[in-house]
Amino acid sequence: MMVMGIKGNQLPEQDREETLEQRLKRQGVSRRGFLKFCAAAASAMALPPSMVPAIAAALGSVTRPSVIWLSFQECTGCTESLTRSHLPTIESLIFDAISLDYHHTLQAAAGQAAEEAREMAMEKFKGEYLVLVDGSVPMADGGIYSTIAGISNIDMLRDTVENAAAVISVGSCAAFGGLPNAEPNPTGAVGIGDLMEMGEIASKPLINVPGCPPIPVVITGVIAHYLTFGTIPELDHLHRPKSFYGDTIHDRCYRRTFYDQGKFAESFDDEGARLGWCLYKLGCKGPTTHNVCATTKWNEGTSFPIESGHGCIGCSEPKFWDAGGFYEALSEPTGALGTAAKTAVGVGVAAGALSAWQNLSKRSGAAAEREKVTIDDLEQK
Amino acid sequence: MGEANELLLWAKGPAFEWALGIMIFGIVIRLIEIFSLGRRVDYSVARENSPGSGLKTIFSRSYKVELSTPQVTRTVITGYIFHIGLLITVALFIPHIEIWRSIIGFGWPGLPTSIVDFVAVITMLTLLVVLVDRLTNPVKKQLSTIGDYLAWLVTFLPLLTGYLTYHHLGLPYTEMLAIHIISVELLMIILPFTKLIHSVTIFIARWYNGDQFARKGVAS
Ligand code: SF4
Repeated sequence: MMVMGIKGNQLPEQDREETLEQRLKRQGVSRRGFLKFCAAAASAMALPPSMVPAIAAALGSVTRPSVIWLSFQECTGCTESLTRSHLPTIESLIFDAISLDYHHTLQAAAGQAAEEAREMAMEKFKGEYLVLVDGSVPMADGGIYSTIAGISNIDMLRDTVENAAAVISVGSCAAFGGLPNAEPNPTGAVGIGDLMEMGEIASKPLINVPGCPPIPVVITGVIAHYLTFGTIPELDHLHRPKSFYGDTIHDRCYRRTFYDQGKFAESFDDEGARLGWCLYKLGCKGPTTHNVCATTKWNEGTSFPIESGHGCIGCSEPKFWDAGGFYEALSEPTGALGTAAKTAVGVGVAAGALSAWQNLSKRSGAAAEREKVTIDDLEQK
Repeated sequence: MGEANELLLWAKGPAFEWALGIMIFGIVIRLIEIFSLGRRVDYSVARENSPGSGLKTIFSRSYKVELSTPQVTRTVITGYIFHIGLLITVALFIPHIEIWRSIIGFGWPGLPTSIVDFVAVITMLTLLVVLVDRLTNPVKKQLSTIGDYLAWLVTFLPLLTGYLTYHHLGLPYTEMLAIHIISVELLMIILPFTKLIHSVTIFIARWYNGDQFARKGVAS
C-alpha cells in the first residue's frame, strides 16, 4: 500500500496521472465502492451526505498530488496512529489517492536514494506539492539537535516548504512544539506555525492537526478535504480545522450531565468512578481541549479516554505538558503557593513592623511636642 | 502560537502566585497596623463579668438587625443576598473547592452546578440593585468614594466573567476562563487596600465592640 519503490518512491508516470476513480477501478473497486469511499470521505470531513456527489465529481477528476512527509523531533506516534487503523479503510484509500513521495518510516528507500526522492518531487511538482510534517523543529544552537542525512531539520524544512502549495502539521509537536517544547525545552523546539511567524521559513497556507497523536480519521479527513476541494478547510485561530476542533471535549462529553449535577469521581476506583461520573476532580482537561475524540472516538469508534475512565489530558492544545499535572483539577493553580504565601507573610510582617514603628514614633513625637495647657493658662483666657 | 493557553497558564501560575502573595502581604500589614495602634488602658472597673461577649457579638450583629426604615430594609436584605450568594459561589462551586483544596489542603462537598449558576445570577442582579441604590440615594451617593465603586467593580467582575465562562458566552472558553481567573486575582490584589478588607477585619471589630460594650454593661 504505502511502501514505495526502490528508487525513492517515485511512481510510474501513468500511475500518477490516473484519477482516483480510474485507479480504484483498475484495482477492482466498483463505482459503487468509489461512492462508498466518497461517503466515508464526507463523514471524515464532517460534511453532510448531500455533499457526496460533489466529492465524487471532484475526486473522480483529480490526479494524485505529491506529498512530502517530513519527520523531525517526534516519536512516530502520529504515523503509528495513521497506520494502525484497520484495512481497508478510508485511510488506506486516501493513500491511494495521493502520491507519498517521501516518508522516513514508510518508504522503502534509504539514505541517498530517499533524499533524492524528496528532491525530485520538489523539483517536479514545484509549487504544487503538499508538505506534511510531524515533530517539532529544534532551533537552539543552530538547530544541531536533530539532523537527517546531515541536514538540520530547520534547513530541510526551509528548503522543502519554499515551493510547497500548503503545509499540514500533523500532531501537537509539529503544530505547537509538543513534548520537546515542554519546560525547560533544552533543544529550543518550536512548531511549524511559529517558524512561519518568526520568518524562519516561507509562510504558506497552514493546517494544524494537533493531538498526541491526532485521530487517524482527522488526519485523513483534512487530506481528503484538500484533495476534494483543492482548498484548506475553515480554520480556527490556531489553524485547526473547525469541523474537527470547533468544540471542546467537554461540550460533547457524555459525562457532562454528571458535571452539571455536581457528581464527580473522587478516585479512579470509587463508587463515582464505577458509576461513570465526571472526571473533573481527577484532572480532566476536557473543558479547555478542542478535539473530536468524544464523537469520532478511537480504535474504529470503540471508545475514547474518558469513556475508558481516564480524564482528557488536553493533548491537542498548545503547551499541554506544562498546563498543570494530568491528575490535578483544571481550576487548580499551578504555582508554588506555599512559598508565595510564606514570603508574603514574612515581607508583610517586616513592612507592618516598620509602619507600626513609624506610626508609634509619630504618635510619641506628637505627644512630646504637644503644649501643655495648665489651669492658669485657661483662666487667663 | 496558542496565546489563549499561554494566558490561562500565566493566570493559573505566576499571576495567581503574585495575587495570593500580595493579598496575604496586604492583610498582614494592615492587621499589624491596626493592632499596633493600641488602645489606652481602661482604668474603670468592668460593669459585669461576661465572658464570650466578643465572640457572641461576631454572630449577633448578623441577625439582630433593626429594620427601621425602608431604606435600611433594602440595604440589609440586598446585603444579605449578595453576601450569601458570594459565599455560595466562592465556596460551594466544585471547581472552586478544588482551588481551596490545593491551597489549604482539604475540601468539602459542593452544590450542583445548576444551583450555583442560579445563585450567581441572583447575586449579580442584587449587586446591580446595590449599585443603583448607591447612585440614587443622596446620602449614600455623598458618602461614596472611588474606592467604593472600585470595590463594587472587582466584586462584580469575577461573577460576571465566571458566568460567561460557564455558559461559553463571549469569548472561547479558554480565554474566558483565563479572564475570569485574572478578574479574581484583581479582587485579591485590591482587597486589602480597599473597604473589602472588612472581610477580615469585621470579625476583629465585632469582637472588640462586643467586648467593650460588655465592660460597659451592655453585653451581647
Ligand atoms: S469528564 Fe471531563 S470532559 Fe467529561 S464532563 Fe467531566 S470535565 Fe467535562
